[in-house]
Amino acid sequence: MKLSGERTMGAPTAPVEGGGGAGAGATYPVRTDEDLITVRHAVRAATVETGFGLVDQTRVVTAASELARNAYIHGGGGTVTIEFPRNAGRRGVRLTVRDEGPGIPDLEAALADGFTTGSGLGHGLGGARRLMHEFEVHTEAGRGTTISVTRWNTQ
Amino acid sequence: MTGRQSMDIPILRLGDVLVTGLINELDDKTATVFADELTERIATERATGVLIDISRLEIIDSFVARTLTELSTMARLLGARVIVAGMRPPVAITLVELGLQLTGVETALNAEQGMAALGWHHAPRPPEGVTRRETLG
Repeated sequence: MKLSGERTMGAPTAPVEGGGGAGAGATYPVRTDEDLITVRHAVRAATVETGFGLVDQTRVVTAASELARNAYIHGGGGTVTIEFPRNAGRRGVRLTVRDEGPGIPDLEAALADGFTTGSGLGHGLGGARRLMHEFEVHTEAGRGTTISVTRWNTQ
Repeated sequence: MTGRQSMDIPILRLGDVLVTGLINELDDKTATVFADELTERIATERATGVLIDISRLEIIDSFVARTLTELSTMARLLGARVIVAGMRPPVAITLVELGLQLTGVETALNAEQGMAALGWHHAPRPPEGVTRRETLG
């Protein structure tokens, strides 16, 4: 579904697509600081369940924290959905962060290190991309932003 | 998770060094309140050193990184040296990948080394109740 003014950017998604491979997802609201803590807990539990090592757990929880904070600071609140995709015998964790905020006007700039309009260090979006294997952004002015990131268990 | 308004994180004073530690469940509000309170305590207690133990922090994202960086700068402007001690290895790896170097933040492997850098030294003493007895003959 492509509308004018809509921007999409990201690595091609894994061949396993269309819901078949992704385990049932749980969705959490992100509107407050406390929600952010709840999301981190849930994401940590998901990475443990998927058999991730400690460094990978830390990467995914950190990426979740960056993206969820973006959703409530810039997007006026949103949701985080956690799924468990499988691909060629590998298991992964996929996080989809949605908000209905103003959208990201300049995606390239937002992905560059040092870009910030808010309270972070401007490494949130680009940093989250580096911490995950797959990264996809879908943003539209006035309609919000959806960011989907996946990390595979490579152990 | 109660008492969000008041300070959740204890700050102890040992001589002219303030000692504190961040908790794992650190939310943005608590981090900000903590930074403000620590900055005030540095001034009122005329501290020259601050040790922040982060060994319980399971993640450092860009918000916490920014808080630590700003805190170190504010402390320096007030004449105090901040040492952040005990970062977990996975947290260090993730920070580098995020692109954050905590520039200007002094670190130590653990709290003991951090305290030593601030001028505190552990004097080894035999534990109480242990008497040294030389066996004769």
